[in-house]
Amino acid sequence: MPIEVLMPALSPTMTEGTLAKWTVKEGDKIASGDVIAEIETDKATMEVEAVDEGTIGKIVIAEGAENVAVNAVIAYILEEDEDASALDNISATGSAPKAEVAPAPAAETVSASASIPAQPAAVSASGAFERASGDPRAMSEVNATQDEKTYTSFKTQTVREALRDAMAEEMRSDENVYVMGEEVAQYQGAYKVTQGLLDEFGDKRVVDTPITEYGFTGMATGAAFMGLKPIVEFMTFNFAMQAIDHIINSAAKTLYMSGGQLGCPIVFRGPNGVASRVGAQHSQCYASWYAHCPGLKVVSPWSAADAKGLLKAAIRDPNPVVFLENELLYGTSFEVPDDEDFVLPIGQAKIEREGTDVTIVAFSIMVGKALKAAEQLAEQGISAEVINLRSIRPLDVNTIVRSVMKTNRLVTCEEGWHFAGIGAEIASTIMEHAFDYLDAPVARVTGEDVPMPYAANLEVLAVPQEKHIVDAAKAVCYR
Amino acid sequence: MATTPKRKRVTTRADNLASSDDLLKYYREMLLIRRFEEKAGQLYGMGLIGGFCHLYIGQEAVVVGMQAAITGDDGVITSYRDHGHMLACGMDPAGVMAELTGREGGYSRGKGGSMHMFSKEKNFFGGHGIVGGQVPLGTGIAFNYKYRGQNRVCLTYLGDGAVNQGQVYEAFNMAALWKLPVIYCIENNQYAMGTSAQRHSASPDLYQRGAAYGIPGEQVDGMDVLAVKAAGERAVAHCREGNGPYILELKTYRYRGHSMSDPAKYRTKEELDKMRKEHDPIDMVKKLLIDGNIIDEAGLKDIDKEVKSEVAKAAEFAQNSPEPDVSELFTDILIDA
Repeated sequence: MPIEVLMPALSPTMTEGTLAKWTVKEGDKIASGDVIAEIETDKATMEVEAVDEGTIGKIVIAEGAENVAVNAVIAYILEEDEDASALDNISATGSAPKAEVAPAPAAETVSASASIPAQPAAVSASGAFERASGDPRAMSEVNATQDEKTYTSFKTQTVREALRDAMAEEMRSDENVYVMGEEVAQYQGAYKVTQGLLDEFGDKRVVDTPITEYGFTGMATGAAFMGLKPIVEFMTFNFAMQAIDHIINSAAKTLYMSGGQLGCPIVFRGPNGVASRVGAQHSQCYASWYAHCPGLKVVSPWSAADAKGLLKAAIRDPNPVVFLENELLYGTSFEVPDDEDFVLPIGQAKIEREGTDVTIVAFSIMVGKALKAAEQLAEQGISAEVINLRSIRPLDVNTIVRSVMKTNRLVTCEEGWHFAGIGAEIASTIMEHAFDYLDAPVARVTGEDVPMPYAANLEVLAVPQEKHIVDAAKAVCYR
Repeated sequence: MATTPKRKRVTTRADNLASSDDLLKYYREMLLIRRFEEKAGQLYGMGLIGGFCHLYIGQEAVVVGMQAAITGDDGVITSYRDHGHMLACGMDPAGVMAELTGREGGYSRGKGGSMHMFSKEKNFFGGHGIVGGQVPLGTGIAFNYKYRGQNRVCLTYLGDGAVNQGQVYEAFNMAALWKLPVIYCIENNQYAMGTSAQRHSASPDLYQRGAAYGIPGEQVDGMDVLAVKAAGERAVAHCREGNGPYILELKTYRYRGHSMSDPAKYRTKEELDKMRKEHDPIDMVKKLLIDGNIIDEAGLKDIDKEVKSEVAKAAEFAQNSPEPDVSELFTDILIDA
């Protein structure tokens, strides 16, 4: 059978083109790679190379022909052992086999799950309700049933000490865990979080890097592909913007792109959020940036117990975990379970204070402000329930929903900007899952929509304070 | 101690000898890459391969020569012009082609595509789509080898365009500082997409790009598989002896455009024809084989037929393998903790 030469598509969008010129004629011998024709598309003139070798048996489409459909037969090539008689059975117009482009990925199945009867479903590829079970937006039943273990013995620790102990304990139990970052070893940590680690574990496992976030983040990610478990310390998450390409494009996506072959057990940790009097480039919350991305887990502890339990979980987790700390909390003391096995599950929020009138959701330093606000509200006769999210992604939707079903009112708190922030996500999630339970619109307490100012009086205005939470809670309670 | 870069050194095939079996092997491997890429171009033309598709035709001697200098335990990582690297690593052409067509039988089960393929088994670590991104990643793979005390090296390929990315120098610095066993193979095909090296690089000698870090560099005729192999062996020996990174600038040429939709108008037809006629890596080995009476024309034809049939089978598999099940949309995002 003569070989069909088809009109090629030269870009993903090309459907037809002009056969500008034949550079061979019938009877010419050709080899793989020889240019046989030129084709004009809307963008350019491209050469067509032969893939097979043989003799040009018949040119079907004459040069100069316009609007030649992609995949139409434009010529026939005779193989070595064929002569022109082989063309006798070929119809003059060619049999233009339609390329077997497989059907588009079952659009029907997907849209079926998007249309849930009697529910004003959000329009998204897979639907806002009845998520496929693997979809991280599906409400997790695990969270609903998993109770935090109770501990009897506690010790008082700062967040800083808790973070260090978490790293040290995991490094003792797993040789593959190592710490890498600027000033983590000899300097003992820019914020002294890695204090003592170099002495105990040596410079093989506590690695001082040059100031080169993009490079060392990529390196640590490559090492994690190979099964090492790096803890990458960013001096602050502001500097991780240099490295966000590797955090997202390499660490978060490679498991998917490799069809499950290459995991990335890595922790990216460091202070995040508003610091004190350091201006716009050193004072910002990145929670919503990272939480946006599938393939990452995002955790943000408030207390020392959160810090220890969640960091141990993050180090043990086989996935990339972005661990957002807060500089202003490092020196704050809390009670931490005195137990070698203490670890907290990622994806589970904690109700820090129970209440009945309004739910206040917060993470990191905002949890402390929310608790203080709850005290003030109590004095005014409003019973606030305060949820410490602990984990931003996956988000413990169940705990928030159950609370809102009880209180019917929700206030979200974060230091980040409101636009596309964590509060926006929670408000939307609650609307999807508990719309009928809301007695007031969800209120968001966020940082002001400005770069962080330096001046003390302006800075305090830009940062969400306890008072804003109190005001928001009263507003949703119509008080 | 890392040494300063060697003076520009052009290695020629006259320096090297290869056994008849080796020559035949290199011929076959290079031919497989070329025929595979021609077939990929054809399937792209038929609409069976989507998106970006960067062909390796013309550069075959680079990966085949470098692969001949390492063992199967060593790592390989590259950018998005990666089909040749995967075939050189011994990955199954059918699995690679099925990934190009986005099918279940592909190395990433259809979820990666042309630019994102991996094989843990063959120590091939991608397939990365951001120019230069693979350089710190490959350096990290070398960090891992050193951390574990394994005497392995990581071939980290990058193009002449990628050498201008900042992260490349961040990686060079740390690799040299910590003496990591990584070989940076700069495939200088002379065009960063449509911008020639003369127009994008302040210095034409890319092998000197590690000079500031004391990384030795060599310029190699990348169209000559034996020269590549010989230089690769020097680099590998340097790494295995614990001396840290090494840079090879492999001067090569891509016959096709940057991607399928690039008509390559930024260079002359004469330039391309000259490379194809006078410096083709496959023709060069063919000549050595014939002149050395290692094989005759009929024998070569048999190899051609075998390769062609292997590629035809790969293409058939790639078209018949089903698309991934829709449930695959939600798999491989996170590993269960």
